Amino acid sequence: MLLGPALILSAILFSIGVVGVVIRRNAIILFMCIELMLNAVNLSFVALAQFHGLGGQVMVFFVMTVAAAEAAVGLAIILAVFRHRRSVDLQNINLLRG
Amino acid sequence: MSLPVLAFASAAAGESPGGAIGLIGLTILLPFLGFLANGALALRRPEAKSAVSLIGVGTVALSFGVALAAFGQALGAHLEGPALIRLWSWIPAGALTVDVTLQVDQLSLVMLLVITGVGSLIHLFSVGYMKADPGYARYFAYLNLFIAFMLTLVLGASLPVMFIGWEGVGLCSYLLIGFWYGDKANADAGKKAFVVNRIGDFGALVAMFLLWQALGTLNFAEIAERAPTLLEVGGPTVTTITLLLFLGCTGKSAQIPLYTWLPDAMAGPTPVSALIHAATMVTAGVYLVVRTNVLFAMAPTAQMVVAGVGALTALFAATIGLRQYDIKKVLAYSTVSQLGYMFLAVGSGAYVAGIFHLVTHAFFKALLFLGSGSVIHTMHHAYHATHAHDDPQDMRNMGGLRRSMPWTFGLMAIATLAIAGVPVLSGFFSKDEILALAFGRAPDAPIWYLFWGMGALAALLTAYYMARLMAMTFFGANRTGAAEQAHLHEAPWIMTGPLLVLGVLSVIGGALNLPAFFPAGPHHLLDHWLEPVVAPATAFLRLELPHGSTEYILIGVAVAIALIGLVLGHRLTLGQTIVPARQAAPERGLWKLLHNKWYVDELYQEFIVDPLVGLSRSILWRVVDQRVIDGAGANGSAWISRQLGRLGGRLQTGEAGVYLVVFLLGAVWVLHAVTR
Repeated sequence: MLLGPALILSAILFSIGVVGVVIRRNAIILFMCIELMLNAVNLSFVALAQFHGLGGQVMVFFVMTVAAAEAAVGLAIILAVFRHRRSVDLQNINLLRG
Repeated sequence: MSLPVLAFASAAAGESPGGAIGLIGLTILLPFLGFLANGALALRRPEAKSAVSLIGVGTVALSFGVALAAFGQALGAHLEGPALIRLWSWIPAGALTVDVTLQVDQLSLVMLLVITGVGSLIHLFSVGYMKADPGYARYFAYLNLFIAFMLTLVLGASLPVMFIGWEGVGLCSYLLIGFWYGDKANADAGKKAFVVNRIGDFGALVAMFLLWQALGTLNFAEIAERAPTLLEVGGPTVTTITLLLFLGCTGKSAQIPLYTWLPDAMAGPTPVSALIHAATMVTAGVYLVVRTNVLFAMAPTAQMVVAGVGALTALFAATIGLRQYDIKKVLAYSTVSQLGYMFLAVGSGAYVAGIFHLVTHAFFKALLFLGSGSVIHTMHHAYHATHAHDDPQDMRNMGGLRRSMPWTFGLMAIATLAIAGVPVLSGFFSKDEILALAFGRAPDAPIWYLFWGMGALAALLTAYYMARLMAMTFFGANRTGAAEQAHLHEAPWIMTGPLLVLGVLSVIGGALNLPAFFPAGPHHLLDHWLEPVVAPATAFLRLELPHGSTEYILIGVAVAIALIGLVLGHRLTLGQTIVPARQAAPERGLWKLLHNKWYVDELYQEFIVDPLVGLSRSILWRVVDQRVIDGAGANGSAWISRQLGRLGGRLQTGEAGVYLVVFLLGAVWVLHAVTR
């Protein structure tokens, strides 16, 4: 039941997320790309749950919880950084250089 | 502190021996308590001299009482093996278990009686001698501590316990040599004694390690039991062990090459020289050899070395004694020389003869030292009264003292005859026995004739320098000075009293071990008494006294030597004009060499001390310490971590993008590794 197309879609979404994380510099965009990857994984969980029991669906809830917590913390950090430096460009945020 | 005290006190209640032998720990405990009490007084109330005297003399005298009682019990009980009194466990470490155990047997009883007996007399003498000293309480505290450690040394049933005493007496010796530490020379002399002894102690320690490895025990009784089966006679193991033990003995008992500290040790108060550096501590090496007699009996090479070093030391030190002017220096070299005799004896396997000479030497040498103490005391007071700054120890400043100090003169004369070996005095019997037994070893190897000859020659020199000492001190005209002569007087009774007792002992001491040829009295008392102690060694030794005419010829030679030496020493010394030290001309020729002690101290300084100091400065300090440890070690490791940190810091770009890429690559790599 549409397993193949679902996994292909999931793979495409994940790849878009990865590419976005690697090439974009805006922290907000980066953040959205991470969400995209998480949700791509969620999609494959749901699709595979059809064949391997409900464990996959339960896992999706965990991922969403973690994603929500992560969004809260991450956005707070980005907000704090923006207030401080008037920018969310990652290139400008390199205070921890060794 | 309370635990050991309880253990000492309750030892009698434990398993084995009861009575005075069970309470033998008291002989150590009493002087130790005396040390604590006198030490406290020295810190708090140094002016309480009568309390200090009472504690100082009383504890040692009580110790002597306990020793006498134990001796009486042992006489009555016919002690077979040693009585062991286990006090507490000290090192329970797996296979190595060392208990603090005291051992009472014939040998330790002899030593115990000599130490506490002569020790009591010298403590008593010190009351008079040190009366005016501001360090009176400190002095008695050290002296009491010394007695406690010395008794630990002779009572310890195992090498480690003995070693505690061994090191402890070394400490007390150091403290008492440098007793008047305000003078740097005295402090240096103490330091020298300590450092030289360290060299010997190194040998003793290594010997202990080797013994443990070879026999698996450090208890004397078990060593005697196991050595004959586990060690090979004349093998490298037993030879190494005994030579290392003997190295310890050369340090403690002032033998060549480590004897140089003893003459310098005369910087301490004279009673200390009598007690520690003549009668007791310096004989510890002889005691150790006798205690481990089975090991030495199994190592003929080591025996030869011991006897050879002993004979050489006896002769060498005697030659130096010929030309010393400090009365204590003469006696110091005499002590080194007599200790050489003892090692000649124990090296020959004549363990009893060695102990016999140890005992008689303790009597007459303590008497000589205390007598010289009386003389110095008087001389010091005379010069003090006239505010002169001459040396009260220099014999050139004395002369004719027999008129003002008849008791001291008479008693020292007895001791002189005894040490010279004049018949029926104690020294005659002990010295004659040693020489005869060394001669008796000659059938084994001709070199024993040489050892005997060296011993006989040393006896001649001994008689000579002692007669010279007496002649310079007591005969002829007085050279102290016109004003001082009125102040020369006999020492107080508290000082001559102990001399009197020692004088009697010096005369009759020979009765301890009369030889068979002597017409009267029970013969070979000490031989029989010590038989169980030396029994393990006799299995390996063939000791024979020369018989018949040889024996009488040897005795005749010994007596002739003693008399010739005495007469020569007396005549030659009085035949020349002696001038006070201040006006004396410098020495010339051979006399100069002897007066400067063969320049051995200078040679040691030049060839050992200076190179060592130079090496330490240029290599150990400048290279090893500054370059290797500080440079490569400390700074080097800091440099390496700094460089590593710098390298690691490069990875930390601070750019999140780079981190993400690296993270991704890492994730892919992990995924690849997991799913492969």
